[in-house]
Amino acid sequence: MTAATPGATPTIVLVGHGMVGQRFLEALAERGLTATHRVVVLCEEPRPAYDRVQLTSYFSGRSAEELSLTDPRFIEDHGIELYVGDPAEHVDRAARTVTARSGRVFDYDVLVLATGSYPFVPPVPGKDAEGCFVYRTIEDLLAIEEYARSRATTGAVVGGGLLGLEAAGALKGLGLATHIVEFAPRLMPVQVDEGGGAALLRTIEEMGLTVHTGTGTQEIVTGTDGAVTGMKLSDGSELATDLVVFSAGVRPRDQLARDCGLVVGERGGITVDAQCRTVGDERVFAIGECALASDGRVYGLVAPGYEQAETAAATIAADEASFTGADLSTKLKLLGVDVASFGDAHGTAADCLDVVYSDARSGLYKKLVIGRDGTLLGGILVGDAETYGTLRALTGTVPPIAPESLVLPAGAGGPVQFGPSALPDEAVICSCHNVTKGTIRGAVTDHACTSVPEVKKCTKAGTGCGSCVKVLGQLVDAELAANGVEVDKGLCGCFARTREELYEIALALRINTYQDLLDRYGREGARGGDGCEVCKPAVGSIIASLAPSIGASGYVLDGEQAALQDTNDHFLANLQKNGSYSVVPRIPGGEITPEKLIVIGEVARDFGLYTKITGGQRIDLFGARVEQLPLIWARLVDAGFESGHAYGKALRTVKSCVGQTWCRYGVQDSVRMAIDLELRYRGLRSPHKLKSAVSGCARECAEAQSKDFGVIATANGWNLYVGGNGGATPRHADLLAQDLSDAELVRLIDRFLMFYIRTADRLERTSTWLERIPGGLDHVREVVVEDSLGICEELESLMTAHVAHYRDEWAGTIEDPEKLARFVSFVNAPDTPDPVVAFVPERDQIKPDLPLLSIGMRPAEDLLEGSAR
Amino acid sequence: MTLAPETTDLKVQLLLDGDWFTVCDLTRLVPGRGVAALLPDGRQVALFRDREGTLYAVGNRDPFGGAAVLSRGLTGTHRGRPFVASPLLKQRFDLLSGQCLDDESVRIPTYDIRAAQAVAAELS
Ligand code: SRM
Ligand SMILES: Cc1cc2nc3c(=O)[nH]c(=O)nc-3n(C[C@H](O)[C@H](O)[C@H](O)COP(=O)(O)OP(=O)(O)OC[C@H]3O[C@@H](n4cnc5c(N)ncnc54)[C@H](O)[C@@H]3O)c2cc1C
Ligand code: SF4
Ligand code: FES
Repeated sequence: MTAATPGATPTIVLVGHGMVGQRFLEALAERGLTATHRVVVLCEEPRPAYDRVQLTSYFSGRSAEELSLTDPRFIEDHGIELYVGDPAEHVDRAARTVTARSGRVFDYDVLVLATGSYPFVPPVPGKDAEGCFVYRTIEDLLAIEEYARSRATTGAVVGGGLLGLEAAGALKGLGLATHIVEFAPRLMPVQVDEGGGAALLRTIEEMGLTVHTGTGTQEIVTGTDGAVTGMKLSDGSELATDLVVFSAGVRPRDQLARDCGLVVGERGGITVDAQCRTVGDERVFAIGECALASDGRVYGLVAPGYEQAETAAATIAADEASFTGADLSTKLKLLGVDVASFGDAHGTAADCLDVVYSDARSGLYKKLVIGRDGTLLGGILVGDAETYGTLRALTGTVPPIAPESLVLPAGAGGPVQFGPSALPDEAVICSCHNVTKGTIRGAVTDHACTSVPEVKKCTKAGTGCGSCVKVLGQLVDAELAANGVEVDKGLCGCFARTREELYEIALALRINTYQDLLDRYGREGARGGDGCEVCKPAVGSIIASLAPSIGASGYVLDGEQAALQDTNDHFLANLQKNGSYSVVPRIPGGEITPEKLIVIGEVARDFGLYTKITGGQRIDLFGARVEQLPLIWARLVDAGFESGHAYGKALRTVKSCVGQTWCRYGVQDSVRMAIDLELRYRGLRSPHKLKSAVSGCARECAEAQSKDFGVIATANGWNLYVGGNGGATPRHADLLAQDLSDAELVRLIDRFLMFYIRTADRLERTSTWLERIPGGLDHVREVVVEDSLGICEELESLMTAHVAHYRDEWAGTIEDPEKLARFVSFVNAPDTPDPVVAFVPERDQIKPDLPLLSIGMRPAEDLLEGSAR
Repeated sequence: MTLAPETTDLKVQLLLDGDWFTVCDLTRLVPGRGVAALLPDGRQVALFRDREGTLYAVGNRDPFGGAAVLSRGLTGTHRGRPFVASPLLKQRFDLLSGQCLDDESVRIPTYDIRAAQAVAAELS
């Protein structure tokens, strides 16, 4: 149907790059249509498609980037033309063109409208006053956040539906005293019934929000400056508030369609058929929240939109597909409230029966709607939505257990273990992506997925609203167990224990060799063996962190420890792709004298090394051959340098800003503190690398909040932030303590680091550790600030021992002829360099000779000169 | 793959075209760690010794990355068989067969190796 002018590539124009629009592009790509068509996307918002469903999680720390649904590589790889910030303004259906705001005009063979909805704002006087907001886009959130921070202490949400409650939760999270004004007699009137509403009200009020139900908003009151000061309610009362968020429902954005004469419904929505084609123009489709589906409904949820996207793409590809209706199940994502409704929640089917369990005192309410033949039709869960995922998937079937026992709490006759194993294969587990139990099981059995993240990636299940992730986890575990794969928390095939347990064992029993630990605490079959590449470095790191306290040598190349280290630690340098190494001397706090800079320059020049300033405020010298490492380090050590541990899971750098000494804003000497911290923690082996920074004032030029432990100066001392991360999954650090003196700061960092080293998994940065451990930041604060476990003294003494025993690894190595003998390319030809390590010039320096790597090594008869043959 | 008592004058030898080629003293091999040897024809071999004293020899070139670095990988046991994990991208290779455990289609060369009292003729 897209056969256009012969010879020209047919064009698909998509208007609207929201959640459904992006899914439509993926569906096009999956069907190969991006290869055969020119695809143009007009995106109104200033950023490509993002996860609107998870919008509220922005307030719990998810960044706008993390919300993105658009992988730039996807757009690029499929040759999609994406115009961000350029909405469609006009459609000419006769000429088949779309005109964008920028004036660009696009011809189309197929036009797809995915323009979504706009928030409905009731026409009350004052609705446009300063301080009035809606809750739909990232830009809305940014504006609310800024206003709430700068000039509001009280906020009110108009509308007590699903989104209204999310918005209210967000306002509360921003520290505002929050009100919810709902016209209907109960909260979430669409999803829950009266009984559920009562339980929900109790829970919401207990969270400290004020609820006004059965009340309409009549007018927004403003002060002399035109900003909101309150609102008049229909019961005659006035509510004082500095900020108002309207969340009174959404309306389809169908203006563009109306303007070009397409058919729209009486109450809005672009009328489409079961193929998502608009009525009267087979070249135009409408999908998502802007469409009025063939069953006469406009769906305000993402899952039906995704199905429509698939349907439209399949139709364009001339596959068979149709969209005739969808599931309306929902679960509230607001933190701390368990509310869910699914299927026919209000019992509208003829002759259906309710099974209800209600305990208003503890805010519990559960209702199941059962058909005459025992089929589960739907239900509402308030206060405890544990079973939501399973029940939703069971909808439409006769449950294997009596309905009463499905609603009773465990222990009161409820099912002891009623899990998703009871579900049939056709049951839909993830309704956002329409993934069945059978598909999830298949991911484990046929596609060899062995963890939830892998299954998510393989099936997309769990990557929408997230409400099915719990059931997903249970299913994956059950399936792995059924396949004889033991779900095992052990470190690796050699140890059934976690890293944390091994640390405790080593510390308590003073076990200081890997073999001893393996032979006594390894898995049955692994004892007496050679271990593996996972546990050797992990145990090597535990032994190194505890060395002085368990009677091990603190030097990682001593005795057995040498064999445990990853290649980088073994050569005290970082391996590069051609087998050469890089050298990073420590430059504490990033401060360096001209003399030392000159030495680095001379060494690099004399050994012909590629030189680069790193992202960690120091200098990396690349391209050293293994036999050159001791020679390079002899010169560096001589000039007063020491190892920078760029190779180790250890402290890397403590970055600094110039601070009070020079900067006109600085309030403390950040450089001195950074140097002190770097020298204190240098050489500290840990589960993953550790990074730090110290900023001289709140302007934060050292980016301390992106570090494992970051320090920001205040007029009264130092603020300590922990758990920050750059890298692939950035995380802003959390404030652990404020206004600390120098001594308090150091003591707290000592405790924090030792507690992390003790309890983290292998290769777990502080950021993921903080997210994983039960109780999170609060728990860590209790342990390291309030000493709730009574272990702080021990944590401090472990650190004191580390500091006292630190010795520079490179200085130690160049003094030891036996260790130096290892720094050769060939054991039988110590003076012959590895011929595979070769370089070619680039920008006045060197780079690895890549063609040489791909063809392998040159045969070199004459290379054995001087060997021990 | 000979078990031999540790004495200083034991030499590590590789079988090349029917002759034993002497590489180094046995003491140069730290259990669990490898060393690289250069053959007369320019090939490189990675030599390992495990905890029991058993010796292994495979090609030193990582077939995935191209660099000659397998001797610098970590060794271990997988299902009772010894392996080395490449230090570049961590693919594992069976030390007895040379088979890559993470990619069926890849195999690296293996060599016969022994620890023996070297005879004068071979040392010259
Ligand atoms: C050299 C440097 C890039 C540069 O040219 O600037 C670099 C180079 C490497 N980084 Fe990095 N990172 C460098 C700064 C950073 C930074 C920026 C910073 O520290 O301020 C980050 C983000 C901050 C962070 O870590 O939170 C960074 C995040 C990573 C990550 C991702 C970590 C994460 O938690 O997601 C890895 C991968 C890993 O560690 O698993 C990584 C891994 C690596 C490795 C070790 C990859 C490898 O195994 O070969 C690179 C080896 C360096 C070498 O051969 O010498 N590098 N890397 C930087 C050295 C800094 C230094 O002086 O020590
Ligand atoms: C806070 C919040 C929480 C939610 N929670 C859930 C939930 O838990 N579960 C659930 O199923 N759903 C939830 N939703 C609803 C869900 O986000 C929507 O159903 C979904 O985003 C609809 O996708 P869409 O692509 O149709 O519309 P949208 O995602 O709104 O995308 C439409 C896009 O089109 C753009 N556009 C409009 N006109 C033009 C034009 N002329 N030219 C170019 N671009 C244009 C708009 O700017 C917008 O970016 C939530 C919504 C919000 C706001
Ligand atoms: S963080 Fe503050 S003190 Fe440090 S350089 Fe920036 S502005 Fe100056
Ligand atoms: S149901 Fe929403 S992600 Fe699975």
